[in-house]
Amino acid sequence: MQHGKYRFIIGFLAAPLALYAVFVIWPFIQSIYYSFTDWTGLSPEFSMVGFANYTKMFQDEVFWKSLQHSVVLLLVLPVITLGLALFFAFMINVGGRRRKGAAVGGVRGSGFYKIAYFFPQVLSIAIVAILFQFAYDPAQGMINGALRTVGLDGLQPNWLGDPGLALWCITAVLVWCTVGFFVVLFSAGMASIPRDFYEAALLDGASRVTTFFRITLPLLWDTVQSGWVYMGILALGAEAFAVVHIMSIGPGGPDYATTVLPLYVYQAAFRDGQAAYATTIGVALLVVTLAFAAVVMRLGRRERLEF
Amino acid sequence: MKTTDTPPAVPGAPAVPGPRTPGAPAGDAPAGTGRKGGEGTVLNVFSHGMLILWAVMVVLPLLWAVMSSFKTDAGIFDEPWGLPDTLHFENWGRAWTEAHMGEYFLNTLVVVAGSLVGTLLLGSMAAYVLARFEFPGNRFIYFLFVGGMSFPVMLALVPLFFVMENTGLLNTIHGLILVYIAYSLPFTVFFLTSFFRTLPTSIAEAAMLDGASHTRTFFQVMLPLARPGLISVGIFNFLGQWNQYMLPTVLNTDPEKRVLAQGLVELSTSQGYKGDYSGLFAGLVIAMLPVLAAYIVFQRQVVTGLTAGAVK
Repeated sequence: MQHGKYRFIIGFLAAPLALYAVFVIWPFIQSIYYSFTDWTGLSPEFSMVGFANYTKMFQDEVFWKSLQHSVVLLLVLPVITLGLALFFAFMINVGGRRRKGAAVGGVRGSGFYKIAYFFPQVLSIAIVAILFQFAYDPAQGMINGALRTVGLDGLQPNWLGDPGLALWCITAVLVWCTVGFFVVLFSAGMASIPRDFYEAALLDGASRVTTFFRITLPLLWDTVQSGWVYMGILALGAEAFAVVHIMSIGPGGPDYATTVLPLYVYQAAFRDGQAAYATTIGVALLVVTLAFAAVVMRLGRRERLEF
Repeated sequence: MKTTDTPPAVPGAPAVPGPRTPGAPAGDAPAGTGRKGGEGTVLNVFSHGMLILWAVMVVLPLLWAVMSSFKTDAGIFDEPWGLPDTLHFENWGRAWTEAHMGEYFLNTLVVVAGSLVGTLLLGSMAAYVLARFEFPGNRFIYFLFVGGMSFPVMLALVPLFFVMENTGLLNTIHGLILVYIAYSLPFTVFFLTSFFRTLPTSIAEAAMLDGASHTRTFFQVMLPLARPGLISVGIFNFLGQWNQYMLPTVLNTDPEKRVLAQGLVELSTSQGYKGDYSGLFAGLVIAMLPVLAAYIVFQRQVVTGLTAGAVK
């Protein structure tokens, strides 16, 4: 029996673990090793150079810009997205006019809102990015077209071409994509909060704002926190890469105004032929990601409320 | 107290306007008659307005894309908001054949079908063993998988590109399938492990007593029991893999083998099609519609599938 058990365990774990080790774990380890070499990626020869890549990185202006933009995304994106999503979810679930027999209820059409808000979540980030690239087009785009329609002919920003605006335009697209997911997620969380809590609060004369901050938010805290981690990983990962790579001029421009860490890793490795340097920036990205996760976990830690 | 001065359920009519100006912070006002009416109305108008505004902001760009896909280029340029004069279905045909959307669609279908089956099979095998069997290294392997969820994938892609180049897997469909499976495993294993833990042990034990092997118990008893979990994580992976952009951009650079998202980006940036806006919009809509339609039909399952992992 014991013998059969171990044979079974090994048999079942071998394939997934091997695949995972070869395609995920091993490249991670390799990339940390490569960050100490002068490997170009173009030829198989390379030699160890110690911390030369790291010294170079700390003097690289583009790296600092990328880091700065990534950190801005990391801080701004979760705040806006989760804030909007909490507001919408609260309105949809608890914000409705009071009806007979129920202390709290959703607004009318809450089902529709939940379905519609979720649309962007099922679309490819690439498709969304292309769509908004055209929407932002200064001459033929939807947004400036709408501004002209309402008579704001003087206000025709060059959205993605304006170094001061470009990063915000891209942030807006990421917010547009993700709010709906969290509205649905928080709605599910709010639905599991017992109704008596709200009834008791209402009997005590609490306003809806108070109800939100004293009842809904504390009881939803775990979900908000995991949402925060999820948004952070998104702001540093594939989604941020995709929108900047597709939408921005250059990409990363104008004048490095939108470049982010994952994009710079990609460009260093596959455009500039500096694979070792790319992995160095990648290690910096890893450090930022882990530091972020640690901070959120520490700040967000509080006693778990059982209900 | 509140139950007595709650306004009657007449929509749109503030029952008791109250002496306060609308918009005054409600929380610090003394409780009295009319308070609920005033606060409720102002908040209701404001919140409904915001909800409707966001719904419009979400739906409008999608409608704009559908509308533009039926217009001529001139129509798109002159009046971004105008309705199409006639429905130019030829845009769709042009996108499907000349812009190779048909081929990209097929490539995506093959890649996603292969990797979805592989992810579910390998993921559930690993998760089952990790959830149900005690053995040295169990926790370590579990955290090895789960840790992969938070690592920046781009870091691994640089060496992976050259590994795949040397092994001949670069720019091949099967290579891409293997990579998709590998990068889908962390979440799949995480999700299914907690799912297998919730399943009752008695059924598996009964099967074992009846003489079924471990393998047979897994495929004939446990997998059917795990169906709801497999559907959830399957939907999650289907959308993630169908919409994947970063992995194919780095690891699949052969124009012949492009997937849909990649093909559309190439189309929107390539000089050759720069003029064909209507064709591009048609391509976008071709890529969008199947997923949106599937979402509307399987709305409940999709939402459960995508949000299941995040709640506890």
